[in-house]
Amino acid sequence: MPDDDSNPPEVNMTNVSDRQQINVAVPTVGRGGAGAGPPAPSAPQVVLELSNVSVFYGNYEAVRGTTMTIGKNQITALIGPSGCGKSTVLRSLNRMNDLIPGARVAGRVAFHGTDLYAPEVDPIQVRRRIGMVFQKPNPFPKSIYDNVAYGLRINNIKGNMDDMVEQALRGAALWDEVKDKLKQSGLALSGGQQQRLCIARTIAVKPEVILMDEPCSALDPIATSKIEDLMYELAFDYTIAIVTHNMQQAARVSNKTAFFTAEVDENGVRHGRLVEYDDTPRIFTNPREKRTEDYITGRFG
Amino acid sequence: MTTNTRSNPATASLTQKGGGKTSDRAFSGLALVAGLLVLVILALILIVTVKQSIPVFQKEGLKFFTSSTWIPNDPDGPDGPKTPQFGALAFIYGSLVVSFLGLLFAVPVAIGIALFLTELAPQRVRGYVVTVIDLLASVPSVVFGLWGILVLGPWLFSAYGWVHARVDGIPVLQTIFGVPASGRVLMTAGVIVAIMIVPIITSIMREVFATVPTAEKHAALALGATKWEMIKGVVFPHSFGGMVGAVMLGLGRAIGETIAVALVIGAAVQISPNLFSAGDALPSIIVRNWGESSGTFQAALVGCAVTLFLITIIINYLARIVVSRAEARLKGAAA
Amino acid sequence: MTTVTRDARAVPADLRAGSISTRRRITDYIAKSLMVLALLIALVPLGLVTAYVISKGAHMISWNFLTGRIPRQQTTAGGGIGPAIIGTLITTAAASALAIPLGVLGAIYLNEYGKQGPLARTIRTMTDVMTGVPSIVMGLFIYLTVVTLTEKRTAFAGALALACLMLPVVIRTTEEMLRLVPDELRQASLALGARKWRTTLTVVIPAAISGIMSGALLAIARAAGETAPIVLVVGITYRPNWSLFNGGNTALPALIYNNASSPYEPAVNLAWGAALTLVAIVLIATLIGRFIASRYAIKER
Repeated sequence: MPDDDSNPPEVNMTNVSDRQQINVAVPTVGRGGAGAGPPAPSAPQVVLELSNVSVFYGNYEAVRGTTMTIGKNQITALIGPSGCGKSTVLRSLNRMNDLIPGARVAGRVAFHGTDLYAPEVDPIQVRRRIGMVFQKPNPFPKSIYDNVAYGLRINNIKGNMDDMVEQALRGAALWDEVKDKLKQSGLALSGGQQQRLCIARTIAVKPEVILMDEPCSALDPIATSKIEDLMYELAFDYTIAIVTHNMQQAARVSNKTAFFTAEVDENGVRHGRLVEYDDTPRIFTNPREKRTEDYITGRFG
Repeated sequence: MTTNTRSNPATASLTQKGGGKTSDRAFSGLALVAGLLVLVILALILIVTVKQSIPVFQKEGLKFFTSSTWIPNDPDGPDGPKTPQFGALAFIYGSLVVSFLGLLFAVPVAIGIALFLTELAPQRVRGYVVTVIDLLASVPSVVFGLWGILVLGPWLFSAYGWVHARVDGIPVLQTIFGVPASGRVLMTAGVIVAIMIVPIITSIMREVFATVPTAEKHAALALGATKWEMIKGVVFPHSFGGMVGAVMLGLGRAIGETIAVALVIGAAVQISPNLFSAGDALPSIIVRNWGESSGTFQAALVGCAVTLFLITIIINYLARIVVSRAEARLKGAAA
Repeated sequence: MTTVTRDARAVPADLRAGSISTRRRITDYIAKSLMVLALLIALVPLGLVTAYVISKGAHMISWNFLTGRIPRQQTTAGGGIGPAIIGTLITTAAASALAIPLGVLGAIYLNEYGKQGPLARTIRTMTDVMTGVPSIVMGLFIYLTVVTLTEKRTAFAGALALACLMLPVVIRTTEEMLRLVPDELRQASLALGARKWRTTLTVVIPAAISGIMSGALLAIARAAGETAPIVLVVGITYRPNWSLFNGGNTALPALIYNNASSPYEPAVNLAWGAALTLVAIVLIATLIGRFIASRYAIKER
């Protein structure tokens, strides 16, 4: 595992008032500069494909016309200013938007070619295959063991429970810290540990995709860095999509980045939309859209 | 590229139902039935009691509410058999008098305690006071009744005698504080009821006082107001609606109070302005006579119950509306 | 360097303690004293009742008293309240078995399903109204339905009446507790692929369980002290009757009520002893409920 402490990501932003420079220094991409994310095949298999996806809350179009893909064993980052719909798009991938009354998805969200919103698709089954880690760590008020075992129990997954729990905790880089106190409450852990517990809980059921909604924003920098290391490892076994408003983080961990923004239309209504979606190095060094460039250089956002 | 969900091997499992959706619907249905139970029970109470009380209304009509002549079927009475008559006015009177007396004593005390808790008490003391009020609320009504009839009643009897002697000669007062019949009179019932409704009035008032915006209270204090002036000028105006609601809830509770009142009210069918005389109240007459009643007499008792039910429902309903409207206004203002 | 002077003469006149007008100061003082007085006024009856119940009832308590039969004649001394204790136990237990599950389910409907919909709001208001229905009306209702139909007075009829009295209280307190459970816990469970009913039963209820239990205990305490329904529908017995469905029964409050206005001293002594027992039971239930609530309360995170 790369030793991240020796090479902290560099952020070199030009002064906002300096608008002459186009070729500004932007967040260093990748782990120690060696390229973002785990080594990926040149044409990764597409796991999730969004085609012209819009999400409505009632009549309000929160996000419009999103088209992008999420590739297998890659980390795809969704970045952008607040309120531009990135979390909304993420939640449409595992049908968590269904929980909001009046929420509606137009367009097509395809998982291995199947439309996730087809009438015969059961959202519960979707969530067993596409897991989610939330912004604020939310372990259940149960023991550490029971937290991880919860998903296994409700899905009736057979096998040696102890082994599966241990495996999940190892996968979340938490095993060594909690192996002697599995019966303790999950709430007794620190914030960073709680979030790793939530990750362990999610990977225990072995989903194919892990969606992460700003997983580090409630954590301190050291905990954040541990989770970023973890993401890198997890990407070998899982496909990851992460929403973050920390650009440096996106630059550090992801293979591909999607940049969203919010625009006000002629009626004064805000809508979110996808501006640009490309390989991470490209987005951060040579973006195609001016909007993207303005955002990553700190001119707005 | 649209693939049929089922034929796509990678996603065939997405359509497995596994009986999940039915279990969700069954559970939510069960929860709904449980929730509806409240409405069903209330409706049933109304229907059943009204139906069973019809005989007495057929007999007496509206005189049931306006007459105080109450003669249940009593073939072996001292004056020979009498035609039954059922006028419940005496009981309505008794219920109202006892409730108003109860409110008269309880409301100032409740306001004082609620203010004490929200404005005056140091943090450490608050917990103890709340515990004490809760304890007061948890004493069963029958225990208050027992204490009332055996201890408080006799005590108050001598107090009544003292008061009556003092006001002898003063026109209105000597009628209200007339000759005490015994310790089991309207006034005693009023005192007991007051003790019992203090907790509920206090707790609602506390909630209401707590929603007064701190910013305004501080503004008053910052102008140099004393605590009392701040309470008068900020807390009361804001809380007025809520306080009214709390009083109404107390009234509802007082009217429905059965056992303690039944034991100390004296069980006399009469309407008298003398607070030191015995009387009777709607719930008490029912509990005392139910066992031996039948026919129209029983229907008359059910009629009393219907009256009681409707009065308390209406008062409680209005009170809740008043309180929630007052609190909503306060919270909206503070937001 | 200035030194702080503590010379009283240096304090300007209008900041001194005496400058506020005497009338205002006195009014303030009186108001505060009245508040404390109000508190003491409320304490007096509590203290007196407790003192009398203990002093007049304590000497009655003995094993024979607690298990002995109720004397048929009010003039007989040396009886016991055994049947009343049994009656209280079985009616309260049966009422709890009915009211608590139904009440929790009703609260689940209100908080998890109905929420702010029109039906749910109606049920909520009517539940509040139902807490104000006098117990005599409830007892009468059960008499006119159950007792008239089955043509006998039983402990079960009493349990039904008590259950109707407990139901709205359990619904209200449980709903409050469910509302305190953070939504993130529900989302975490749903994101793992759990169905809503499972989420409710395995995550939400356990999270709220301490509050639910304390609310239930308070409802039980209230039910144990109710007299009017018992007097109306449960009948009478002098011997212990453990059956819910056969034969009349009695309970502590009914016994106290029947004996309170008796002119015979043995009956009155029995009443005091029973009152002490009842108060002890109610007090213990209330204290346990409050203890559970304070120890295990959901901490707002």
